Amino acid sequence: MQAPVHHIIGLTSIVRERVLPISGNVTARIQQKVTPNDVVAETKWAREHVLLDVARLLNISPNAADRLIKCNVNDELKANAEIATGKGLFAKPVRAPRAGRVVAVGGGQVLMEAGETKIELRAGIPGTVIQILPNKGVVIQTAGGLIQGVWGNGRIDSGILANLTDAPDTVLTPNRLDVSLRGSVILAGLVKDADTLEAAAELPARGLIIASIYPSLLAKAREMRYPILVTDGFGSLSMNSAAYKLLSTNAKREVTVNAEFYDRYTGARPEVIIPLPTSSDPLSPKEVEEFAPGLQIRMRRPPFMGMIGSIVSIKPGLTTLPSGLRAQSAEIKLENGETVIVPLVNLEVVG
Amino acid sequence: MPSSIITSNSLLAIDVGAANTRAVLFDVIEGEYRFIASGIAPSTAEAPIKDVAEGARNAVANLQKIVGKTLLDSSRGIITPTQANGSGVDVLVITLSAGPTVKTVVVGLLKDVSLDSARRLTETTYTRIMDSMSLSDQRKPDQQIDSLMRLRPELVVIAGGTDGGASRSIQKLLEPIGLASFLMPEEKRPTVLFAGNQKMEEEVKTLVGSLSTSLHFSPNIRPSLETEDIDPAERELARMIINIRKRQIKGVDLLDLWSGGHMLPTAYATRRMVRFLSKVYGSPKGILSVDMGASATVIAGGFKNKSTLKVLPQFSLGQNLVGLLNYTTLDNILEWSSLDISSGVLLDYLHQKSLYPATIAATQEDLAISQAIAREALYLAMQTAKKDFPQNIANIKPNLTPLFEPILAGGGVLSDASRPGQSLLLLLDGIQPVGITTIILDQNNLLPLLGVAASQNNILPVQVLESGAFLSVGTVVSPVVSARYGTSILKAKLSYENGAEANIDLKFGSIETLPLANGETGKLTIQVLRGADVGFGPGRGGTITVSGGALGVVFDGRGRPLDLPDDPVRRRELIKKWNWTLGGG
Repeated sequence: MQAPVHHIIGLTSIVRERVLPISGNVTARIQQKVTPNDVVAETKWAREHVLLDVARLLNISPNAADRLIKCNVNDELKANAEIATGKGLFAKPVRAPRAGRVVAVGGGQVLMEAGETKIELRAGIPGTVIQILPNKGVVIQTAGGLIQGVWGNGRIDSGILANLTDAPDTVLTPNRLDVSLRGSVILAGLVKDADTLEAAAELPARGLIIASIYPSLLAKAREMRYPILVTDGFGSLSMNSAAYKLLSTNAKREVTVNAEFYDRYTGARPEVIIPLPTSSDPLSPKEVEEFAPGLQIRMRRPPFMGMIGSIVSIKPGLTTLPSGLRAQSAEIKLENGETVIVPLVNLEVVG
Repeated sequence: MPSSIITSNSLLAIDVGAANTRAVLFDVIEGEYRFIASGIAPSTAEAPIKDVAEGARNAVANLQKIVGKTLLDSSRGIITPTQANGSGVDVLVITLSAGPTVKTVVVGLLKDVSLDSARRLTETTYTRIMDSMSLSDQRKPDQQIDSLMRLRPELVVIAGGTDGGASRSIQKLLEPIGLASFLMPEEKRPTVLFAGNQKMEEEVKTLVGSLSTSLHFSPNIRPSLETEDIDPAERELARMIINIRKRQIKGVDLLDLWSGGHMLPTAYATRRMVRFLSKVYGSPKGILSVDMGASATVIAGGFKNKSTLKVLPQFSLGQNLVGLLNYTTLDNILEWSSLDISSGVLLDYLHQKSLYPATIAATQEDLAISQAIAREALYLAMQTAKKDFPQNIANIKPNLTPLFEPILAGGGVLSDASRPGQSLLLLLDGIQPVGITTIILDQNNLLPLLGVAASQNNILPVQVLESGAFLSVGTVVSPVVSARYGTSILKAKLSYENGAEANIDLKFGSIETLPLANGETGKLTIQVLRGADVGFGPGRGGTITVSGGALGVVFDGRGRPLDLPDDPVRRRELIKKWNWTLGGG
């Protein structure tokens, strides 16, 4: 049976596509070395539109209005600029109610874009641009450690990793966040209150990596301007031992937290990247595996949720679980030596 | 070319779901079509594979192992037709429910008339209505354009205008859609279905034709103020959804090619089967199908002259699970739980399960939570679907579930339940059927596959249905009555074919069963007390022939609507007792 793969790897080749939400200009060059904060592409986006029905305002036919309209597509208009003037002794002008760019003219109407904002796409990870996606973005390659998470607040940043844990379930509290952590990416176990998230913002922190978060804090976490990445799930889960080991042993290194939203269709997942110097390109991680004895796995459902183990054997046929459900299962040896039976659908391969 | 019954012996049906892909083989055994076996594999619409054809091939490969027949060639393509060496199949049909919900904007002239019809049409498939526009919309056209630009709908469904009626108002509504489409990059422009005033076809082509990815027309769904006819538009929409999926998900085009262009959305295929059954049975009661899947809960109702279909992604048990809280509360869900579970644990569960929709409950506590959620989702789905059932259908009380015979149920949470009693109690709680009905579990999720197979071979569904491929849970008697807990509300005598008899004295608040094996029938004589109504009229009893099933004849004496005790300890005890009575553990 095909197995989902969750990446927690000490050294691997990481290739990531970075694309604009709408088409624009790619500013990066092929083979360019980039840092996470480098802008690789940019575009403009108008959130609002103004539709001026010139024909109706002048009380004339659309064809007649078209002949009176003075602006053309792509004209940049200032607020109050004259768009058309009616005929007659007391001709009234039609003016642009605000500044904007003309995007369509016709049928006696003028459509303008207004409130344009600039969108800058940053590299997000340090590495080399290996491909340009025209008008869209770039593909960047780097080498280093990779730890995928299960939830992210959509932000991205980099900084030195500061380990504030004594154990994988250490609760982070505001009093642990002092000024020495300014600009750091903080590694913690659990966050149980909004004050801690606020305190990290006030430092400001460059990122927060935690094992689990209370669902009631998700709205607050989304508001934070620094990236928050959750490695294991919701409630009071400890960090899985594989992620904890890799992160805690890389404290004081520069890390990038790309806490992007999990999208099961594109494959986008929140992730921590620990760039490492290498003499040659390491292998890329496997995206698909078949369940087989010897593979390292992580549990995705109670009673052993989050625990790491290895497959001893795949049970033949269907196994009846304590819930009464029957499913194809595997015998799993946990890190504490205990052996348990777990349905395959509740497992993911770590690697 | 559709194959005829004479040349088509074996039929392979593939259902590509959000979580699993099933390949099901039907073949002729002793002159009649039979369900042979099914192979299952995880669906592969999502990353990292992002190609639904791969999951389909894996499911067929698993089916091959089970039936010992070669179905895939060396390049993993389906072998058609059947070869001289016995490999391959004659016909292939496919249904699809995988994929993200299609972001949709509905447009209609009048809010309570054409807009309502457009909404009903849109809810017959896997869509999420992001915005609606009508003449009563207070927004200016530029604000509507902003909304469309922000939402980026993949589908716009437009209704309005009686045939040959006024067209200016429709033009006004179409303008923002045309302009917003013009502003979008070509590949992001929505597919548009116009199901309004048929005389406006040319004007619609002018206003949005060149600006949408594809513009489709269907007969007017509201040809007059009093008439609604959604069926032809629903057929068109079903095909449009497949085309949208082709753009969204790799492999859909290949599967459609394999099926000879006969791929259907799973829900539409289910509805086709329900409509077929309602014609075959011709019962004065309706036929109900519920399918609780990872992408949506689908409720299809077949009535004498009309069928309804409601696809409800908001009540699915997959990645949208957290969204259930937009429609209910944690406390409401926990009311269905047989175990004492805190709202915090439930909230964590909803979020965690959304991450991993394909995972299953391994512990009793996990199962209790998942079953409680499924009950609430099904209850809410039924309440929503009921609103669009036709008027004047058979019922005991208008505010209760109408009379159905039979009720068919499928989907992971029902077909995977370890004991049929567990599934039955979930259905009794969620649907709250009334009167006398048969409950049938579609353990292999065959119903949509039979619906799509019907387009290729109309004998197959009938013969498979009669072959016992579905599990009859039994006949359920649910009196509508109000009484005190423990009061007698119904006495019944079941006379078996061998002359034996069994009696029951049903008390309010209890569930009782009388054994009647699958395939057997018996005469059930019912005497009601306290004005109870089982469909013969208030206070009236009667005698009917009933069919057996896994649980025989089940009497649900809990009253309708179901009113669970407020005291949590007593409530949980009762749920455990009801579960135990039905053998659900």
